[in-house]
Amino acid sequence: MRYLHIENARLIDPARQLDSVSDIYIAEGRIAAIGHKPSCGEIEQSLNAAGQWLVPGFIDLGAHLPEPGFTQKGSIASETRAACASGFTHICSLPDTKPVADSSAVIQQIQEKAAKAGYASVLPLGAATQGLAGEQLANMVGLHDAGCVALTNARQPFKDNYVLRRVMEYAATYGIPLFLQAEDVSLAEGGCMHEGPVATRMGLSGIPGTAETTALAQILLLAEQTGVRIHISQVSTARSVAMLRQARHEGLAVTADTPLANLVYTDAAVAGFNSLYNVQPPLRSEADREALLNAVNTGELAISSNHRPHEIAAKKAPFADAEAGMSLFDAFLPLALQLVGKGELQLSALIAAVSNQPAGVLGLDHGLKEGAWFSAALIDPAAERSFSAQDLYSKGKNSPLNGDTLKGSVSAVFVDGRQVF
Amino acid sequence: MNTDPSQVQLTADGRLKHFLTTEGLSLDLLTEILDTADSFISTQERAVKKVPLLRGKTVVNLFFENSTRTRSTFELAAKRLSADILNLDIARSATSKGETLMDTLWNLEAMYSDMFVVRHADSGAAHFIAEQVTPNVAIINAGDGRHAHPTQAMLDMLTIRRHKGSIEGKVVAIVGDILHSRVARSQIYALNTLGAAEVRVIGPGTLLPKDIEALGCKAFYRMEDGLRDCDVVIMLRLQKERMQKALLPSEGEFFRLYGLTEEKLAIARPDAIVMHPGPINRGVEIESAVADGMQSVILNQVSYGIAVRMAVMAMAMSGQQQEKNDPAGQEEASA
Repeated sequence: MRYLHIENARLIDPARQLDSVSDIYIAEGRIAAIGHKPSCGEIEQSLNAAGQWLVPGFIDLGAHLPEPGFTQKGSIASETRAACASGFTHICSLPDTKPVADSSAVIQQIQEKAAKAGYASVLPLGAATQGLAGEQLANMVGLHDAGCVALTNARQPFKDNYVLRRVMEYAATYGIPLFLQAEDVSLAEGGCMHEGPVATRMGLSGIPGTAETTALAQILLLAEQTGVRIHISQVSTARSVAMLRQARHEGLAVTADTPLANLVYTDAAVAGFNSLYNVQPPLRSEADREALLNAVNTGELAISSNHRPHEIAAKKAPFADAEAGMSLFDAFLPLALQLVGKGELQLSALIAAVSNQPAGVLGLDHGLKEGAWFSAALIDPAAERSFSAQDLYSKGKNSPLNGDTLKGSVSAVFVDGRQVF
Repeated sequence: MNTDPSQVQLTADGRLKHFLTTEGLSLDLLTEILDTADSFISTQERAVKKVPLLRGKTVVNLFFENSTRTRSTFELAAKRLSADILNLDIARSATSKGETLMDTLWNLEAMYSDMFVVRHADSGAAHFIAEQVTPNVAIINAGDGRHAHPTQAMLDMLTIRRHKGSIEGKVVAIVGDILHSRVARSQIYALNTLGAAEVRVIGPGTLLPKDIEALGCKAFYRMEDGLRDCDVVIMLRLQKERMQKALLPSEGEFFRLYGLTEEKLAIARPDAIVMHPGPINRGVEIESAVADGMQSVILNQVSYGIAVRMAVMAMAMSGQQQEKNDPAGQEEASA
């Protein structure tokens, strides 16, 4: 047996209460030993990682990859590489591609491109309804068999609660998890930012918090009735956090995530009509941001990237006309570490929210433990990284970091034992 | 792209170079606009109405939304400043709107225009254009979405000042569809800066935007409460499509609750003036007896509109000229 030996790294894995400077040995893609040398075999390669963190690779519960259909915004290769630059090893890709990922052919195409690129591993989310139109069920079992880790309608609405109920019942029959985004389309219609004092001042149409919470209430009630396994994607309001807590208290097994942007920014960022901050779900109030941070710190919420790259033209329009979304992969790690630096987010909570919790949602055997696949990121927390346009891996021109230099750089990423970055 | 609209419109030394919003403008600057407009009113009464302030300049009226009245007052104002004027009516295309706007701008830049007067259905459109076009083109906002309509607000300020002596200490009520009104937002900021004692908005909950009081006004649901002690009553136009959007039950009920009748006007101060940005819906937000009555100054507003537009066009062009001559100051401003 020949080993990769990483020495002197600070190993952090909150799920295993691990936070110590230790040696780790990897062979045949798996973690062979932590803290002690394996009894037999020889070391093939040794890596001194003093001053760096070794963490379980980040798992993104929702990103918009631009293929198939939106190659002007980037490619699966460019975006999965950008994800590696922030420590991601696995990415759940949303199905709102062109064509929509509602057939095994499209899923296969995504998987092949991701495998060929060889960066972060892509775990496709299939469309729950045909064409994401919210009316007819997609071939849900076929999609699951093709490798979809879960099914979702992304941010497209179900036609009505009848369809949502049937989607849930069918998914429950075959044990297929659903990722659901809570948004009442009639309350959100026409809105482009959080409904509040900033929207009123800017004269922009608002999306009230109740667009999320009324839809969430319906989802929770129907999930309880159907017994389906659900994950709520992209929660943005304080009230949703409270509703999820209540549902769990009543025995519903429901998990949820919030986009990183909603932990970093509030609707105040829109005050200059900067179309970069046109995102869905919208950036909400400071009270919402604080409640979301608190829920991440207590382990109630995972963090997703909601990465959505765009070409320049997509954002070069008046605020409401610009396409929604932020290119977040490059910025993810430094922005998250800024929250840690400010004391708003605990480091262990951050790692849990991007590694342990998503692994739990997806049922992946993932973490720094002997016998597990070695999917991990080596992070140099003190190293500075430049975020000038030419330094970004993402092809998206809509990064919130523009010319900044921030701390937190990924020096290596391993997926199933293979160094991919 | 991260600058506040109120700052984008000023030169390094605080002079106007675009006119995008009344928000964030100083008392001195708003007063300068009103004083300059006052001086133009006297030229309007002369036989030869033209002044040469914009001679040799090209002004483009860039209206992405239909408007005859505002567009024609801008056209007259530009002509009386001796500018060449080009009117472009550009229907908003349903597809790739952003690209169309950028393409339009690039084309217009190639014509060496000096000033764009912009009306657009999107909030922030004028601000967007001010940031995208080449330097030394002045942008005058002729209404962007629900955000701002600063020249309308300033002509209303001029109307109040000329009819009530000053704005300072006055109680002003704005009545009706505040939610969709760019005029109301621009008025609220201008009134506060110019020292109004109290700015009120009156309307049903469906037509008052969330957190409107954060803009610097007091919200009322009943005319009986909101009109008490008012010096100025500004009625807003009620668009017919509000009924279809379930914001109101009917024109009749709206008129009964918020329509300005002689009876309701009697609640305000006896010397209160009645204003309306037009065009008025008689019998919907205002009854004819009031619109045509002694306290109405609605028609005066229209004639002041030309003077105010002349004032901001002249001031913004002069600010642009100054930046052109002193590019260092301009870099400072954008740093």
